[in-house]
Amino acid sequence: MATSDNEIIVDDPDAPDSASPSVVSARSVNIAVYLVLLALSVLLAYDNWQTGMGWAPEGPEAGYFPFYLSVMMGAASIYGLGIALWQTAGADESFVSRDQLRRVMQVFVPTLLFCLLTQWLGMYVASFLLVAGFMRFVGHIALWKSLLTAAIFSIAMFVTFDVAFDVIMPKGPLEAFFGY
Amino acid sequence: MEAFGLLFHGFTVLLTGKTLVLMVVGLVLGIFVGVLPGLGGPNGVAILLPLTFTMDPTSAIVMLSCIYWGALFGGAITSILFNIPGEAWSVATTFDGYPMAQQGRAAEALTAAFTSSFIGSLTAVLLITFLAPGIASFALRFGPPEFFAVYLLTFCSFVGLGREDKHKTIISMALGLLLAGVGMDTVSGTLRMTFGLNELLRGINFLVAVIGLFGISEILLTMEERLALRGHAASISLRVVLKVWRELPRYTMTLVRSSVIGCWLGITPGGAIAASFMGYNLAKRFSKDKESFGKGRIEGVFAPETAAHASGTAALLPMLALGIPGSGTAAILLGGLMVWGLNPGPLLFVEHKDFVWGLIASMYLGNVVGLVIVLTTVPIFAAILRVPFAAIAPMIVVSCAIGAFAIQNAMFDIWLMLLFGVVGYVFKKVGIPLAPFTLALVLGSRTEDAFRLSMIGAEGDLRVFWSNWLVGSITTLAIVLLFWPAIGAVLTRARTLLWPARGGSAA
Repeated sequence: MATSDNEIIVDDPDAPDSASPSVVSARSVNIAVYLVLLALSVLLAYDNWQTGMGWAPEGPEAGYFPFYLSVMMGAASIYGLGIALWQTAGADESFVSRDQLRRVMQVFVPTLLFCLLTQWLGMYVASFLLVAGFMRFVGHIALWKSLLTAAIFSIAMFVTFDVAFDVIMPKGPLEAFFGY
Repeated sequence: MEAFGLLFHGFTVLLTGKTLVLMVVGLVLGIFVGVLPGLGGPNGVAILLPLTFTMDPTSAIVMLSCIYWGALFGGAITSILFNIPGEAWSVATTFDGYPMAQQGRAAEALTAAFTSSFIGSLTAVLLITFLAPGIASFALRFGPPEFFAVYLLTFCSFVGLGREDKHKTIISMALGLLLAGVGMDTVSGTLRMTFGLNELLRGINFLVAVIGLFGISEILLTMEERLALRGHAASISLRVVLKVWRELPRYTMTLVRSSVIGCWLGITPGGAIAASFMGYNLAKRFSKDKESFGKGRIEGVFAPETAAHASGTAALLPMLALGIPGSGTAAILLGGLMVWGLNPGPLLFVEHKDFVWGLIASMYLGNVVGLVIVLTTVPIFAAILRVPFAAIAPMIVVSCAIGAFAIQNAMFDIWLMLLFGVVGYVFKKVGIPLAPFTLALVLGSRTEDAFRLSMIGAEGDLRVFWSNWLVGSITTLAIVLLFWPAIGAVLTRARTLLWPARGGSAA
């Protein structure tokens, strides 16, 4: 076997427990997804029917192509829904376990907050807060490491995009203070 | 040979200091992206696309395609050292690559992987060099009906040849085409599917959707899994490289077979994943010593890697010649072309010679430089995996947001990206494939335009799609492919012979 001195080992103490109870079954999510897709098809079909899905003297109207696509999507959704309702085998298969959902939310909620903050504080301050906060509270990394990494990352991003490549990002009060 | 002259011209375009620097930067970023968990070829290219917005198209495509080559190389590192396939097409590489690493032959396995990647790509690039100009000049004769037929062929082959459930592929494709139609209708100027939202007037940007679907959703999926890993550090010495290269001629047949499979599956939307498995299984089937596969046989690394890379590279052929991407990443590169103001399609070879031949030349040079970089820097990249995911995840999120915002300078796009992230997460878990969606979104408006222009030309007569032998045969082929599963049922027996692993359940 391999010699132990050149091994790379990374641990994941917060890893989701494989025995964690299921939050929702795969079958329920399947059914929900098909219902949403079906509703969307009906909505889009209606909208395109209103726009005009027939033939004008110069060719198909604006709604023609999308209307038939909505019909196709609707039909495929109904078919999928039928299969999902019919199939009882493996019905208790898990879509996501409680532990898994917790981990997904650990990324999703901060990302949502980050997007919100970007509107008020600008991209770079929000990015500093996201990186530092995530490293500290989700990753349990030492505070100084988190703050330092976040600061270096945000400044590097600012220099790369706004200064070097002229790609302008949303700015907040802090950037205004420095005259950007 | 005209191609040689043009290729030579391509190299002169390329050999400026700035382009070479961009190439190396692209390759390093790409390997980085390929090694990191939760990032891969399409995500990496999508996230890094905004960096290229202010560049000239040639520099931009050179850098982006190098990110792609880099990601292809990078996927092999984690497969062999950690038994974690960075990409789905690296799964087959782990079968023999990881056992080799366990036996202390990691350096050999890595050299084999990188070398065969290089050989696979090179074969596909040669194919592109000599075939693409011909196909493009042939396609110059195409009118709207022919183009619509080709688009139809692409979509039908996805439904007919894809391994996913047919209705799921259809949903994914129809949704993509529908979302591509949101906003101002390009033919009549009518607004549609905007529901009174001003932000939707511009339509739904392809790249924003891709960043959400591949970037954000991938982070969510990665977090769900156990992130612990255990593997081997390895460095490659020149002695090992030469040893592997000396053995290479013995595996000529494997390499040739895998290259051919890869090129074929790359051009048709079969993809690199299918190619790598097929390459592996065929190598095993034709081997005299079947038992030794899966226990650390070097041939088991050569075969899937060559096929995956030949396929990944060949996917660019239809993109360059016809404007039809052969893979998800090619679709994103195509999205990039449009951002830089180029019109994808056969005219590219006529109107933007510098661009096309610069790109093709960069495929040669990028693969050579990439091979040298990965062979020399493996230890550094393997060490990246020590960086905790808690530090990497938020940085990827920020990069995605920057990318989404930069495309149209719209905050709305950041929210749209988040929405697509959730959609991508659910779709992946439910089993709705994302590749047809991506393809439909990028080809949507051109497909519709081609259809409507044909209809206007033919005054609404659908027989226009069978009006001459060319368009007629493409349309017929499309319909045959759509119903391929029914036709293919007859050929199932042949298939079980090709995939002994799958047919094994019956045996």
